[in-house]
Amino acid sequence: MSANLTASSDLPLEYQSEQSKMNILGFWIFLGAEIVLFATLFGVYGVLAERHAGGPTQQDIFVIKDVLIQTVLLLTSSFTCGIAIFEMRRNRLKGLITWLVITLLLGGGFLFMEINEFIHYVHEGAALQTSAFTSSLLVLLGTHGAHVALGIGWAILIIMQLLKRGLTTETTRKTFIIGLYWHFLDVVWIFIFTFVYLEGLVG
Amino acid sequence: MKMKKLSIYLFAIISIFLLTGCETNMVVFNPQGPNAETILGLINWSLLWMAIVIIVVMGMFITFIWKYRERPDNMDYEPPEEHGNTKWEIIWTAIPFLIVIALLIPNIQALYALEEVPEGYEDKEPITIHVTGADWKWIFSYPEEDIETVNYVNIPEDTPIIFKMTSAGTMQSFWVPALGGQKYAMAKMETELILTADNPGSYMGKNSNFNGPGYAEMEFEVLAQTQAEYDEWVEEVKERAPELTEEKYIELLKPTHLGRLTFNGTHLQWINHADPNSNSYTNPQLYYREHGYKGKTFDEEDNYKNADEMIENEHGGDSHHEH
Amino acid sequence: MNIKWDEFFVTGDPLILGAQISIVLTMVGIIALLTYLKRWTWLWREWLTTVDHKRIGIMYILSGVVMFFRGGIDGLMMKAQTAVPENEFLNAQHYNEVFTTHGVIMILFMAMPLLIGIMNVIIPLQIGARDVAFPQLNALSFWLFFSGAMLFNISFVIGGSPDAGWTSYFPMAGKEFSPSIGNNYYAIAIQIAGIGTLISGINFIVTILKMRTKGMTLMKMPMFSWTTLITSIIIVAAFPIFTVALALMTFDRLFGAHFFTVSGGGMDMLWANLFWLWGHPEVYIVVLPAFGIFSEIVSTFSRKRLFGYTSMVIAVAGIAFLSMLVWVHHFYTMGSGPAVNSVFSLTTMLIAVPTGIKMFNWLFTMRKGRINFSTPMLWTLAFIPCFLIGGTTGVMLAMAAADFQYHNTLFLVAHFHYTLIPGVVFAVFAALYYWWPKMFGHKLNEKIGKWHFWLFVIGFNFTFFPMFFLGLDGAVRRSFTYSAESGYGPLFLLSAIGSAVLAIGFAMFVYNIYWSIRHADRNISSDPWDARTLEWATASPVQDYNFAKLPEVKTLDAFWHMKKDNEGLTIEDKEIKDIHMPNNSGIPFFMGVVFTVAGFFLVFEWYIPAAIASLGIFAGLIIRSFDYNDGHHIHAEDVRKVERKWRNRKGEVHKHVG
Repeated sequence: MSANLTASSDLPLEYQSEQSKMNILGFWIFLGAEIVLFATLFGVYGVLAERHAGGPTQQDIFVIKDVLIQTVLLLTSSFTCGIAIFEMRRNRLKGLITWLVITLLLGGGFLFMEINEFIHYVHEGAALQTSAFTSSLLVLLGTHGAHVALGIGWAILIIMQLLKRGLTTETTRKTFIIGLYWHFLDVVWIFIFTFVYLEGLVG
Repeated sequence: MKMKKLSIYLFAIISIFLLTGCETNMVVFNPQGPNAETILGLINWSLLWMAIVIIVVMGMFITFIWKYRERPDNMDYEPPEEHGNTKWEIIWTAIPFLIVIALLIPNIQALYALEEVPEGYEDKEPITIHVTGADWKWIFSYPEEDIETVNYVNIPEDTPIIFKMTSAGTMQSFWVPALGGQKYAMAKMETELILTADNPGSYMGKNSNFNGPGYAEMEFEVLAQTQAEYDEWVEEVKERAPELTEEKYIELLKPTHLGRLTFNGTHLQWINHADPNSNSYTNPQLYYREHGYKGKTFDEEDNYKNADEMIENEHGGDSHHEH
Repeated sequence: MNIKWDEFFVTGDPLILGAQISIVLTMVGIIALLTYLKRWTWLWREWLTTVDHKRIGIMYILSGVVMFFRGGIDGLMMKAQTAVPENEFLNAQHYNEVFTTHGVIMILFMAMPLLIGIMNVIIPLQIGARDVAFPQLNALSFWLFFSGAMLFNISFVIGGSPDAGWTSYFPMAGKEFSPSIGNNYYAIAIQIAGIGTLISGINFIVTILKMRTKGMTLMKMPMFSWTTLITSIIIVAAFPIFTVALALMTFDRLFGAHFFTVSGGGMDMLWANLFWLWGHPEVYIVVLPAFGIFSEIVSTFSRKRLFGYTSMVIAVAGIAFLSMLVWVHHFYTMGSGPAVNSVFSLTTMLIAVPTGIKMFNWLFTMRKGRINFSTPMLWTLAFIPCFLIGGTTGVMLAMAAADFQYHNTLFLVAHFHYTLIPGVVFAVFAALYYWWPKMFGHKLNEKIGKWHFWLFVIGFNFTFFPMFFLGLDGAVRRSFTYSAESGYGPLFLLSAIGSAVLAIGFAMFVYNIYWSIRHADRNISSDPWDARTLEWATASPVQDYNFAKLPEVKTLDAFWHMKKDNEGLTIEDKEIKDIHMPNNSGIPFFMGVVFTVAGFFLVFEWYIPAAIASLGIFAGLIIRSFDYNDGHHIHAEDVRKVERKWRNRKGEVHKHVG
């Protein structure tokens, strides 16, 4: 609750107040809850993936080329996000914002591809209402996509705050937290790529 | 003082209930078949251990609160600061653990035994009966005799009956407490329950899994007969019962209460609801409740109504119209 | 948006009509009273926008008591309906709605808020902190819970109640078999409240891990703080599963997806698994804090340290771990086979071991103690035999093979009421009697309290004990009636009479609150029970900033030792400094309103209004993101004034030495 600065100023800026430390810990715990959430969605997909009910199967609808592009976009964005935090640690506001914007552009590209992917699925006759397989696939992908969209919106708010306030204990903490969030989404995507797309194309 | 009164009171209540309970001949304590007997053995074994636990804990409880209660003459007694006692703590960890094992072993034995034809009945040729739960009736199909009954099932005594259970819609639980434990009947899959009646008699069966407004009346009768009586019943059904038609069957599946019905032929010739790829016979329109705002429903391609149309086409549209 | 007004309000049932009229009258009455007393600004400033953990806790507790009343009325209606065979008081549909709302309300909107409310009031005090880690999020938790509760409760007058049981098993809960919107309320209202609970869980973990006062290591933390920490961890681990399950239910019901449906390849068993993957840990989410409450009380009123503190902590952690591994025992009868059932029988029965450890530790805390039979202790004592019955029947139910005969019967219903009522309700009553002076500066009346206690406990036993025998005689749960020939009549009647006694007990509790607010002695010490933990080391009722100077802890039961050694009880003027406190905020309340409105539209499947309303959610988030409000300071001089006032009263153990 209190924004008292602690004595040890050799800590990064985002760790310098008690409140910031608590916020970051709280966000880690929140990510724990997110892991449970995505694990449940993966479990649901695992149970329902082979229940096609006469509708399209994985092989019918997956387009590996587009998925690879999505993967490259998101993985690169995670890397650029890492650079952004690195710049923040070196106290360079301009570098931070530049790399964050690049991250968001890559994230936006990913989102654009994903929306196209969904349109493609619906054209192929794989809508939410088609079968247990399509329901679970679209909800799993959609939940991830919604997280990405939310992350982009959130990051824009934080860029605005960075522009207005510069690097303070609060803005760096907020930036650091969204960095965690962004990396987390990347990790989830790696699991989606492996257990949904690769598994689906092989199986 | 109050505490003592409380405990005496509790004991009085418990013992009164136990006594009255025993007099009423509760169905679970009057097994009429090997399945129910196995379970009763297990229940009695667990009751014994649990009674011991209750007596020990209650003994300590009453002793402690009586002995260490605050009295006018001990107001200057200052209790010691005890941190714990490793020896005691090990004891009250180990003993419950041993009790768990003592209960677990017969439980596992019983679990496996209940899935098999019971011991002593192996030489009897078992009879398979398909059970289909629907809202809100039980449909029994005898594939060997080619008979279908609704809301009652006749079985020969001393013969293991393999009930192959499924559901046309909601989830039900098939339970004949006098003969044995229950199991769920679920759509598009099959569960199996083996029951045997030791004595002729009529036994209550019911659905114990809530499935909507008609749930309370979803009961059936199991009539265990001697082999001769059973054969006679089969003969009679063959001679006198009407033929089951597909229209009639679809009519049966609507959410209704029916009395007892008997047919020649079974629905298994058109559909086995246990098949994962079988049609769904749902019709949400019939389920709107008296209280409440009607929500949107979704038409399925393999729906009931389409099945109706299918039949109408087959029969040249001369059968019933209900829309 | 084609609104069918004739279906919008539930009509045609005199009981519901009565409820509708009384709701309108109550609301008009409240508004009139607030206006007459000119209390609107007071309400807004002191309560609706507060971020003070104590006030939020009190709002939780108040809502919990109101929900207890609602859920209790549902319970009484069920008992009245089944009192005699073939009764026609309620029809099947109405009965189904009543037991569904009874279950949901009692678990999610009664037990949860009462316990979270008590945690809110007590935990920061017990660990020597000035608030929780995220005060504004804490307010958001409350308003989301409140939004969910209100949304769920209006269902029975607007649109129709959910009627698929609190477990809402598919396929019945799906649109195929429940096309009316009632079950949409279930999916959406619980979702909103669940998000609030998840936030609470995160908040308490961070609070307890990061904000303990100087010297309070984890193993010097009071038992209630420990159980709260573990409970919060279970919340974070289990609630997201329910979030997903409810979201999938929403997709099935609102958009025609096929997760749990009969058609389209859906799988009804998946719902049962997901529900109980959350549902079983949920049982421990409500019962573990209760264990903590009993531990505090048994130790205080025996005037003895909690016996086997370390093994208690291990036992709680063990129960939490096992609670994640037992969900299948709710459906042994689903045909998963003897091997699976054997494993889950074992894990389930193993829970008896740590629970037994706790039981014996409580008994041995009393041994060699000096037991004072005040009302909080009475509840704790009654808990032991009642919970013992619940626990032993639990072991019986854990045996999968035997469960085939108990499953879905009243034996099961009796069992879980014997665990949840002693385990949660007794604990809540004990906690309210115990901590009431801390919250309000006066005790609840002991004499009325004892009436409350005896009526409630006796009524409870008469209500639920007969159900064991009914179950063994084949009476199933959720059945709105039974035939006269079944022979269930007499025991059902006994049970109904018991429930009436129980209800009178509850009425005594409400009367006690009323009486005590009017007449109880305000001139009591800040430590009226001669207690042991830090929440008693400050004023009653607690001042805004909790502690003028954060206490320092050397041992378990820190306050007890402070009193024994006469150390740290006094405060000097120079030790008092400015205190930083968070500011009030209207955003959490605003979010609660927006969630309610958006949720309501979603329930009615009016998507465009729902989308517009949910823009408000984003607006709230954006405003919060740009909010750099850093709180305010309470000046040392003001703190001195407050401290002088309460510390210098007669009979106070704390002293102010200028």
